[in-house]
Amino acid sequence: MIVRISGEDQYRLADSDAARLDELEQAVIALVNGGQEDGFADAYATLLDYVRSQGERVGDDEIETSEVILPPSDLTFAEAGREFTGEGLIPD
Amino acid sequence: MAGLTGRMSTVVKAKVSKLLDRAEDPAETLDYSYQKQVEQLQNVKKGIADVVTAKKRLQMQETTLKQSVVKLDTQARQALSSGQEDLARTALERKNVAQTELQGLDTQVSELEEQQQKLTDSEQKLRAKIESFRTKKEVIKAQYSAAEAQVKISEAATGVGEQMADVGLAMQRAVDKTENMKARADAVSELEAAGTFDDITALGSGEDDIDRQLKSLSSQSAVDDDLAKMRAEIGAGDGAPAPAGEIAAPSGEPAPAEAAPQAPPAEGGQS
Repeated sequence: MIVRISGEDQYRLADSDAARLDELEQAVIALVNGGQEDGFADAYATLLDYVRSQGERVGDDEIETSEVILPPSDLTFAEAGREFTGEGLIPD
Repeated sequence: MAGLTGRMSTVVKAKVSKLLDRAEDPAETLDYSYQKQVEQLQNVKKGIADVVTAKKRLQMQETTLKQSVVKLDTQARQALSSGQEDLARTALERKNVAQTELQGLDTQVSELEEQQQKLTDSEQKLRAKIESFRTKKEVIKAQYSAAEAQVKISEAATGVGEQMADVGLAMQRAVDKTENMKARADAVSELEAAGTFDDITALGSGEDDIDRQLKSLSSQSAVDDDLAKMRAEIGAGDGAPAPAGEIAAPSGEPAPAEAAPQAPPAEGGQS
Protein backbone atom coordinates (compact mmCIF):
# COMPACT_ATOMS: atom_id res chain seq x y z
CA MET A 1 0.00 0.00 0.00
CA ILE A 2 1.44 3.38 -1.03
CA VAL A 3 0.61 6.34 1.18
CA ARG A 4 1.49 9.89 0.28
CA ILE A 5 1.91 12.63 2.82
CA SER A 6 1.09 15.69 0.81
CA GLY A 7 4.01 18.06 0.46
CA GLU A 8 6.44 15.38 1.63
CA ASP A 9 6.92 11.90 0.28
CA GLN A 10 5.28 8.65 -0.65
CA TYR A 11 5.69 5.68 1.69
CA ARG A 12 5.32 1.99 1.10
CA LEU A 13 3.41 0.34 3.96
CA ALA A 14 2.42 -3.24 4.60
CA ASP A 15 -1.25 -3.91 4.00
CA SER A 16 -1.41 -5.05 7.60
CA ASP A 17 -0.65 -1.49 8.72
CA ALA A 18 -3.92 -0.27 7.27
CA ALA A 19 -6.02 -1.06 10.33
CA ARG A 20 -3.82 0.97 12.67
CA LEU A 21 -3.63 3.77 10.15
CA ASP A 22 -7.39 3.81 9.95
CA GLU A 23 -7.67 3.99 13.75
CA LEU A 24 -5.31 6.94 13.89
CA GLU A 25 -7.18 8.72 11.17
CA GLN A 26 -10.51 8.14 12.85
CA ALA A 27 -9.10 9.66 16.03
CA VAL A 28 -8.21 12.82 14.12
CA ILE A 29 -11.60 12.96 12.46
CA ALA A 30 -13.36 12.54 15.79
CA LEU A 31 -11.51 15.56 17.17
CA VAL A 32 -12.36 17.66 14.14
CA ASN A 33 -16.01 16.67 14.16
CA GLY A 34 -16.18 17.29 17.89
CA GLY A 35 -14.68 20.73 17.49
CA GLN A 36 -11.87 19.80 19.85
CA GLU A 37 -8.89 21.78 18.73
CA ASP A 38 -6.87 20.70 21.76
CA GLY A 39 -5.05 17.57 20.83
CA PHE A 40 -5.71 17.90 17.12
CA ALA A 41 -2.14 18.80 16.21
CA ASP A 42 -0.78 15.94 18.31
CA ALA A 43 -3.22 13.42 16.91
CA TYR A 44 -2.45 14.45 13.36
CA ALA A 45 1.29 14.34 14.00
CA THR A 46 0.88 10.83 15.45
CA LEU A 47 -0.86 9.69 12.28
CA LEU A 48 1.85 11.11 10.05
CA ASP A 49 4.63 9.78 12.26
CA TYR A 50 3.13 6.33 12.02
CA VAL A 51 3.31 6.50 8.23
CA ARG A 52 6.86 7.83 8.30
CA SER A 53 8.11 5.26 10.81
CA GLN A 54 6.28 2.19 9.49
CA GLY A 55 6.66 3.00 5.84
CA GLU A 56 9.61 2.80 3.55
CA ARG A 57 10.11 5.98 1.58
CA VAL A 58 9.45 5.59 -2.13
CA GLY A 59 12.45 6.75 -4.14
CA ASP A 60 12.17 10.06 -5.95
CA ASP A 61 12.80 8.33 -9.25
CA GLU A 62 10.14 5.66 -8.73
CA ILE A 63 6.82 6.36 -10.36
CA GLU A 64 4.01 5.10 -8.16
CA THR A 65 0.38 6.01 -7.68
CA SER A 66 -0.75 6.39 -4.08
CA GLU A 67 -3.70 4.57 -2.63
CA VAL A 68 -3.99 7.02 0.22
CA ILE A 69 -3.10 10.70 0.19
CA LEU A 70 -2.92 12.51 3.51
CA PRO A 71 -3.04 16.30 3.84
CA PRO A 72 0.21 18.19 4.55
CA SER A 73 1.78 18.21 8.01
CA ASP A 74 1.02 21.89 8.54
CA LEU A 75 -2.70 21.25 8.19
CA THR A 76 -4.50 23.56 10.58
CA PHE A 77 -7.56 22.69 12.60
CA ALA A 78 -9.60 25.13 10.53
CA GLU A 79 -8.38 23.58 7.29
CA ALA A 80 -9.18 20.11 8.58
CA GLY A 81 -12.69 21.33 9.33
CA ARG A 82 -13.13 22.75 5.85
CA GLU A 83 -11.81 19.51 4.46
CA PHE A 84 -15.02 17.85 5.55
CA THR A 85 -17.39 20.52 4.40
CA GLY A 86 -16.27 20.54 0.80
CA GLU A 87 -14.06 23.62 0.82
CA GLY A 88 -10.89 21.55 0.98
CA LEU A 89 -7.23 22.08 0.40
CA ILE A 90 -7.73 21.69 -3.29
CA PRO A 91 -10.61 23.80 -4.51
CA ASP A 92 -13.39 21.85 -6.16
CA MET B 1 -8.69 0.73 -1.41
CA ALA B 2 -6.66 -1.11 1.12
CA GLY B 3 -8.63 -0.88 4.28
CA LEU B 4 -8.74 2.82 4.90
CA THR B 5 -12.23 4.08 5.42
CA GLY B 6 -11.27 7.44 6.86
CA ARG B 7 -12.93 10.38 5.25
CA MET B 8 -9.91 12.60 5.42
CA SER B 9 -7.64 10.67 3.12
CA THR B 10 -10.41 9.74 0.73
CA VAL B 11 -11.56 13.32 0.35
CA VAL B 12 -8.05 14.47 -0.40
CA LYS B 13 -7.52 11.64 -2.83
CA ALA B 14 -10.75 12.34 -4.65
CA LYS B 15 -9.72 15.92 -5.11
CA VAL B 16 -6.28 15.01 -6.34
CA SER B 17 -7.85 12.62 -8.85
CA LYS B 18 -10.03 15.43 -10.05
CA LEU B 19 -7.00 17.62 -10.55
CA LEU B 20 -5.34 14.78 -12.39
CA ASP B 21 -8.22 14.46 -14.81
CA ARG B 22 -7.79 18.08 -15.60
CA ALA B 23 -4.02 18.05 -15.70
CA GLU B 24 -3.27 14.87 -17.50
CA ASP B 25 -5.02 12.74 -20.04
CA PRO B 26 -3.21 9.40 -19.78
CA ALA B 27 -4.20 8.53 -23.32
CA GLU B 28 -2.10 11.27 -24.75
CA THR B 29 1.06 10.26 -26.39
CA LEU B 30 4.17 9.72 -24.32
CA ASP B 31 6.11 12.52 -25.83
CA TYR B 32 3.31 14.96 -25.41
CA SER B 33 2.89 13.92 -21.78
CA TYR B 34 6.55 14.46 -21.21
CA GLN B 35 6.47 17.83 -22.88
CA LYS B 36 3.61 18.90 -20.64
CA GLN B 37 5.44 17.71 -17.56
CA VAL B 38 8.44 19.81 -18.44
CA GLU B 39 6.17 22.82 -18.95
CA GLN B 40 4.66 22.35 -15.52
CA LEU B 41 8.09 22.15 -14.01
CA GLN B 42 8.70 25.62 -15.42
CA ASN B 43 5.55 26.82 -13.67
CA VAL B 44 6.85 25.49 -10.40
CA LYS B 45 10.06 27.42 -10.91
CA LYS B 46 8.03 30.54 -11.57
CA GLY B 47 6.09 29.91 -8.37
CA ILE B 48 9.32 29.68 -6.40
CA ALA B 49 10.55 32.91 -7.97
CA ASP B 50 7.33 34.63 -6.85
CA VAL B 51 7.88 33.53 -3.28
CA VAL B 52 11.46 34.79 -3.41
CA THR B 53 10.27 38.14 -4.76
CA ALA B 54 7.72 38.50 -1.99
CA LYS B 55 10.36 37.63 0.57
CA LYS B 56 12.80 40.19 -0.81
CA ARG B 57 10.19 42.90 -0.63
CA LEU B 58 9.57 42.17 3.03
CA GLN B 59 13.29 42.06 3.73
CA MET B 60 13.79 45.46 2.15
CA GLN B 61 11.05 46.86 4.33
CA GLU B 62 12.71 45.30 7.34
CA THR B 63 15.94 47.12 6.55
CA THR B 64 14.15 50.44 6.18
CA LEU B 65 12.21 49.97 9.39
CA LYS B 66 15.32 49.04 11.34
CA GLN B 67 16.95 52.27 10.21
CA SER B 68 13.85 54.19 11.23
CA VAL B 69 13.89 52.65 14.71
CA VAL B 70 17.48 53.74 15.27
CA LYS B 71 16.85 57.20 13.87
CA LEU B 72 13.68 57.82 15.86
CA ASP B 73 15.31 56.60 19.04
CA THR B 74 18.19 59.00 18.59
CA GLN B 75 15.83 61.84 17.86
CA ALA B 76 13.70 61.09 20.89
CA ARG B 77 16.82 61.27 23.02
CA GLN B 78 17.83 64.56 21.51
CA ALA B 79 14.38 65.99 21.94
CA LEU B 80 14.21 64.91 25.55
CA SER B 81 17.64 66.34 26.35
CA SER B 82 16.52 69.66 25.02
CA GLY B 83 13.39 69.53 27.10
CA GLN B 84 10.98 68.92 24.23
CA GLU B 85 9.00 66.11 25.72
CA ASP B 86 6.13 66.29 23.23
CA LEU B 87 8.49 65.82 20.36
CA ALA B 88 10.23 62.97 22.17
CA ARG B 89 6.87 61.31 22.75
CA THR B 90 5.96 61.59 19.08
CA ALA B 91 9.27 60.08 18.07
CA LEU B 92 8.79 57.22 20.51
CA GLU B 93 5.28 56.59 19.27
CA ARG B 94 6.61 56.26 15.78
CA LYS B 95 9.39 54.04 16.94
CA ASN B 96 6.85 51.87 18.70
CA VAL B 97 4.80 51.44 15.55
CA ALA B 98 7.93 50.68 13.53
CA GLN B 99 8.98 48.03 16.02
CA THR B 100 5.60 46.35 15.98
CA GLU B 101 5.64 46.19 12.20
CA LEU B 102 9.17 44.90 12.32
CA GLN B 103 8.19 41.95 14.49
CA GLY B 104 5.36 41.05 12.14
CA LEU B 105 7.66 41.21 9.14
CA ASP B 106 10.20 39.03 10.86
CA THR B 107 7.69 36.24 11.39
CA GLN B 108 6.51 36.45 7.83
CA VAL B 109 9.95 36.41 6.33
CA SER B 110 10.73 33.16 8.13
CA GLU B 111 7.40 31.72 7.05
CA LEU B 112 8.15 32.57 3.43
CA GLU B 113 11.58 31.08 3.88
CA GLU B 114 9.92 27.84 4.92
CA GLN B 115 7.54 27.92 1.95
CA GLN B 116 10.42 28.50 -0.40
CA GLN B 117 12.26 25.51 1.02
CA LYS B 118 9.22 23.27 0.69
CA LEU B 119 8.62 24.31 -2.90
CA THR B 120 12.25 23.77 -3.78
CA ASP B 121 12.10 20.26 -2.33
CA SER B 122 8.90 19.55 -4.25
CA GLU B 123 10.42 20.84 -7.43
CA GLN B 124 13.40 18.50 -7.05
CA LYS B 125 11.13 15.52 -6.49
CA LEU B 126 9.02 16.38 -9.48
CA ARG B 127 12.11 16.82 -11.59
CA ALA B 128 13.36 13.34 -10.56
CA LYS B 129 10.00 11.78 -11.44
CA ILE B 130 9.88 13.49 -14.80
CA GLU B 131 13.37 12.31 -15.53
CA SER B 132 12.30 8.74 -14.75
CA PHE B 133 9.32 9.17 -16.97
CA ARG B 134 11.57 10.23 -19.81
CA THR B 135 13.61 7.05 -19.49
CA LYS B 136 10.54 4.91 -19.03
CA LYS B 137 8.79 6.21 -22.11
CA GLU B 138 11.68 5.12 -24.29
CA VAL B 139 11.53 1.65 -22.74
CA ILE B 140 7.78 1.48 -23.26
CA LYS B 141 8.10 2.58 -26.85
CA ALA B 142 10.74 -0.05 -27.55
CA GLN B 143 9.37 -3.02 -25.64
CA TYR B 144 5.62 -3.09 -25.55
CA SER B 145 2.87 -3.68 -28.02
CA ALA B 146 0.43 -0.85 -28.54
CA ALA B 147 -2.19 -2.28 -26.18
CA GLU B 148 0.29 -3.05 -23.40
CA ALA B 149 1.96 0.29 -23.86
CA GLN B 150 -1.31 2.05 -23.29
CA VAL B 151 -1.62 0.59 -19.79
CA LYS B 152 1.99 1.32 -18.94
CA ILE B 153 1.68 4.87 -20.20
CA SER B 154 -1.41 5.38 -18.15
CA GLU B 155 0.29 4.13 -14.99
CA ALA B 156 3.37 6.22 -15.46
CA ALA B 157 1.51 9.35 -16.44
CA THR B 158 -0.83 9.04 -13.46
CA GLY B 159 2.11 8.58 -11.12
CA VAL B 160 3.86 11.66 -12.40
CA GLY B 161 0.54 13.48 -12.48
CA GLU B 162 0.02 12.77 -8.80
CA GLN B 163 3.40 14.26 -7.99
CA MET B 164 2.49 17.27 -10.06
CA ALA B 165 -0.82 17.68 -8.30
CA ASP B 166 1.03 17.54 -5.02
CA VAL B 167 3.41 20.28 -6.09
CA GLY B 168 0.37 22.24 -7.25
CA LEU B 169 -1.08 21.92 -3.78
CA ALA B 170 2.13 23.15 -2.18
CA MET B 171 2.19 26.06 -4.62
CA GLN B 172 -1.34 26.99 -3.79
CA ARG B 173 -0.56 27.07 -0.09
CA ALA B 174 2.48 29.19 -0.77
CA VAL B 175 0.48 31.60 -2.90
CA ASP B 176 -2.19 31.92 -0.21
CA LYS B 177 0.44 32.73 2.37
CA THR B 178 2.15 35.18 0.05
CA GLU B 179 -1.17 36.95 -0.54
CA ASN B 180 -1.64 37.41 3.19
CA MET B 181 1.81 38.83 3.44
CA LYS B 182 1.26 41.26 0.64
CA ALA B 183 -1.47 42.81 2.74
CA ARG B 184 0.99 43.45 5.54
CA ALA B 185 3.69 44.71 3.22
CA ASP B 186 1.15 47.11 1.73
CA ALA B 187 0.17 48.29 5.17
CA VAL B 188 3.79 49.07 5.99
CA SER B 189 4.16 50.86 2.67
CA GLU B 190 1.14 52.99 3.49
CA LEU B 191 2.57 53.95 6.86
CA GLU B 192 5.81 54.84 5.12
CA ALA B 193 4.05 56.86 2.47
CA ALA B 194 2.12 58.73 5.13
CA GLY B 195 5.45 59.83 6.57
CA THR B 196 5.09 57.76 9.72
CA PHE B 197 8.75 56.94 9.93
CA ASP B 198 9.98 60.23 8.57
CA ASP B 199 12.43 62.49 10.17
CA ILE B 200 10.87 63.86 13.30
CA THR B 201 12.79 67.13 13.05
CA ALA B 202 10.98 67.95 9.87
CA LEU B 203 7.84 68.15 11.93
CA GLY B 204 6.26 71.45 12.75
CA SER B 205 4.81 72.18 16.14
CA GLY B 206 1.53 70.67 17.25
CA GLU B 207 0.21 67.32 16.25
CA ASP B 208 -0.96 66.53 12.79
CA ASP B 209 -3.12 63.76 11.40
CA ILE B 210 -0.30 61.26 11.41
CA ASP B 211 0.31 61.85 15.08
CA ARG B 212 -3.29 61.36 15.98
CA GLN B 213 -3.37 58.10 14.06
CA LEU B 214 -0.11 57.01 15.61
CA LYS B 215 -1.45 57.54 19.06
CA SER B 216 -4.13 55.02 18.36
CA LEU B 217 -1.70 52.60 16.74
CA SER B 218 1.11 52.65 19.23
CA SER B 219 1.02 51.27 22.70
CA GLN B 220 0.92 54.30 25.00
CA SER B 221 2.14 52.35 27.99
CA ALA B 222 5.16 51.16 26.03
CA VAL B 223 5.80 54.73 24.97
CA ASP B 224 5.52 55.91 28.58
CA ASP B 225 7.98 53.24 29.66
CA ASP B 226 10.40 54.21 26.92
CA LEU B 227 10.10 57.82 27.86
CA ALA B 228 10.75 57.14 31.53
CA LYS B 229 13.70 54.94 30.75
CA MET B 230 15.18 57.48 28.42
CA ARG B 231 14.66 60.23 30.95
CA ALA B 232 16.53 58.22 33.56
CA GLU B 233 19.35 57.45 31.15
CA ILE B 234 19.76 61.02 30.13
CA GLY B 235 19.74 61.97 33.79
CA ALA B 236 16.97 64.29 34.84
CA GLY B 237 15.35 65.45 31.67
CA ASP B 238 14.20 68.56 33.47
CA GLY B 239 17.75 69.82 33.59
CA ALA B 240 18.89 72.77 31.62
CA PRO B 241 16.92 72.79 28.41
CA ALA B 242 19.02 73.00 25.32
CA PRO B 243 18.76 76.12 23.26
CA ALA B 244 15.56 76.18 21.31
CA GLY B 245 15.83 75.38 17.65
CA GLU B 246 18.38 72.71 18.10
CA ILE B 247 16.02 69.89 17.37
CA ALA B 248 12.69 71.03 16.18
CA ALA B 249 13.89 73.86 14.07
CA PRO B 250 10.77 75.91 14.56
CA SER B 251 9.41 77.67 11.54
CA GLY B 252 12.08 78.90 9.27
CA GLU B 253 14.89 76.42 9.35
CA PRO B 254 13.77 72.87 8.77
CA ALA B 255 17.09 71.41 9.78
CA PRO B 256 17.89 68.45 7.55
CA ALA B 257 18.45 65.93 10.29
CA GLU B 258 20.57 63.41 8.43
CA ALA B 259 23.24 65.89 7.56
CA ALA B 260 22.72 68.33 10.38
CA PRO B 261 26.04 68.88 12.05
CA GLN B 262 24.28 69.84 15.26
CA ALA B 263 26.03 68.57 18.34
CA PRO B 264 23.81 65.88 19.81
CA PRO B 265 23.28 66.85 23.42
CA ALA B 266 23.10 63.36 24.82
CA GLU B 267 25.02 60.79 22.90
CA GLY B 268 26.28 59.50 19.60
CA GLY B 269 24.80 60.74 16.42
CA GLN B 270 22.75 58.73 14.03
CA SER B 271 24.00 57.00 10.97
